[in-house]
Amino acid sequence: MAQTITYREALNQALREEMRRDSNILVLGEDVAAYGGAFKVTEGLLQEFGPERVIDTPISEEAIAGTGIGAAMVGLRPVVEMMTINFTTLAMDQIVNHAAKLRYMSGGQIKIPLVIRAAQAAGLQLGAQHSQNLESWYAHVPGLKVVAPSVPADAKGLLKSAIRDDNPVMFIEHEALYNTKGDVPDDEYLTPLAKAEVKRQGKDVTIISYLRTLILAMKAAEHLADIGIDAEVVDVRTLRPLDTETIVGSVKKTHRAVIVEEDWKSVGMGAEISARILEGAFDYLDAPVMRVALAEVPMPYSKPLEQLAVPLQDDIVMAVRQIMGKA
Amino acid sequence: MAISEKRAILTKNELISMYKEMLLIRTFEEKAAEMYTRGKIGGFLHLYSGQEAVAVGFISALRPDDYVIGAYREHGQCIAKGTDPKYVMAELFGKVTGISKGKGGSMHLFDIEKGFLGGHGIVGGGMPLAVGVGLAIKYKKEDKVCICFFGDGAVNEGAFHEAMNMVALWKLPVIYVLENNLYGMGTPVYRASSIPDLIRRASCYDIEREQVDGMDVLAVRDTAERSIRLAREHSEPRFVEAITYRYRGHSVADPGQYRTKEEIEEWRKRDPIVRMERYLKENLFITDDDLIAIRDEVNAKVQEAVDFAESSPFPPPDALYEDVYA
Ligand SMILES: Cc1ncc(C[n+]2csc(CCOP(=O)(O)OP(=O)(O)O)c2C)c(N)n1
Repeated sequence: MAQTITYREALNQALREEMRRDSNILVLGEDVAAYGGAFKVTEGLLQEFGPERVIDTPISEEAIAGTGIGAAMVGLRPVVEMMTINFTTLAMDQIVNHAAKLRYMSGGQIKIPLVIRAAQAAGLQLGAQHSQNLESWYAHVPGLKVVAPSVPADAKGLLKSAIRDDNPVMFIEHEALYNTKGDVPDDEYLTPLAKAEVKRQGKDVTIISYLRTLILAMKAAEHLADIGIDAEVVDVRTLRPLDTETIVGSVKKTHRAVIVEEDWKSVGMGAEISARILEGAFDYLDAPVMRVALAEVPMPYSKPLEQLAVPLQDDIVMAVRQIMGKA
Repeated sequence: MAISEKRAILTKNELISMYKEMLLIRTFEEKAAEMYTRGKIGGFLHLYSGQEAVAVGFISALRPDDYVIGAYREHGQCIAKGTDPKYVMAELFGKVTGISKGKGGSMHLFDIEKGFLGGHGIVGGGMPLAVGVGLAIKYKKEDKVCICFFGDGAVNEGAFHEAMNMVALWKLPVIYVLENNLYGMGTPVYRASSIPDLIRRASCYDIEREQVDGMDVLAVRDTAERSIRLAREHSEPRFVEAITYRYRGHSVADPGQYRTKEEIEEWRKRDPIVRMERYLKENLFITDDDLIAIRDEVNAKVQEAVDFAESSPFPPPDALYEDVYA
């Protein structure tokens, strides 16, 4: 049996189930307790687990991240909510210089079982400081794991795995996905980190994506089927470590690749995935790898401009038609 | 509650214009809320209703060439600094005629010509910028000042401490105005600050400090005159805590269930606009007819702003790539 729940509820269930299982797990962040989280992901946790385990912090991102790291160093398993990824820039020092490196620098003496949850993306007309996709920043750093679920089942399974992982994990959620629904198994399960998933089988072209654009890719694939193009869709799910095997395996089968990302194209995830495909499947390619990405601008506020900046379903369809020589 | 007795000497015209400005901001904000509900405005909309006396009290004491930096609840500050409300409304609508050409939105208003340096969406983010502005003023040997507004939530950011230390160290003409409206989103001050008496935050940097009733525009104006004089004449920073209240939720999307109706009603009794109205009537013999005329004028101005925003075009597609680099 499965239940149909939202992405938000899936995350909430993951937190609840893990907190019930292990009393070392704490949730902390700005307005996570009484307010229930800026996106209501932590709603009800205060009531069930009390203020010692569900902790409202001041607005002090650097200190919040540091608190999570310090607590993890001495045996707790904190889940930090950073409200939105935009504010993690204030905590970069703690995340990049501390969380990612303490284990290495201590010769393996320290482990940091820390999850930092952060919502990202554009689409709500919040302007440039509130509409960023910074996954590639964190995916760049050895020592961090970076997870980015696109459907409720993965949101739950991956968050549970991230909490149980002994490394610092940047767990990136998408603001436009919180209300999306999907089937989630009733029973206890974990979705493995560092494993991509083929979400749709196909033979003509591989579309590779994650988060919201994965949903768009699935819809684009349906549309493409109508015009005789059979697209395979790969959900990357974990951005670091990247599951090259599944991605390259799919491209070897279809001979074409379109990567769809919502971050900037320059030095973004798509560049990395593309390079892995060239390294692993160059001889199998029938066409150059294509990328669909965000416009190279800070996000504009105005609705029409914002829509113009983010990748849309049609952009994916067009890219695929082009790579298939059917533009 | 009576209006403050100790105050700067102001002309009748100055007093009326402060009243008018507060009313304009209030009316503008309530109209913006309506436009948001109608889907004309996107994103977050943080309204200033209740806090008008702080912006007007301070900014009316500035010279036009002085600077103001705000946070994201800055519509009122921008208007008080002299930006025509129609350019602010157009910005909220995302139109090309907006003060930031539709690229900033509610949280990122900029009017450089008028000395309004933003509109910043990151809590505490504007505070280090004010250090730079103060530094430039001092370096150029100007006698300008910079006012930096921020909320009670921002005092817990590292940026607050780093900025306070540097303005004090370098003796810069910056006035940090803490608008203590008692809440950062849903979190009351006492649950976020080890010292709920926030004015004490300035003491470890040895910055001259003062607390003021932020619901009393004349008291604010008085404090503003003093702080600005100190900053201008001696190139020294100043820290002011204005105790105020926001009537609405954190943003239009927030029902604000963490506060009681009674609490809001208590604060509404101290409404800065109502108090000023009473003051004008009692001390300057302004009649009800005069007040109605002012209200009509303000309403017309806000309606004009909406019409302007409504009839303006969205930015053209080419604008997407404009202004990324100089
Ligand atoms: C660095 C940063 N962290 C978190 C947020 C999310 N956020 C926006 S407003 C706000 C509350 C700020 O409260 P306060 O400074 O008191 O200002 P007020 O809303 O009362 O004017 C929070 C947490 C943000 N915008 N920037």
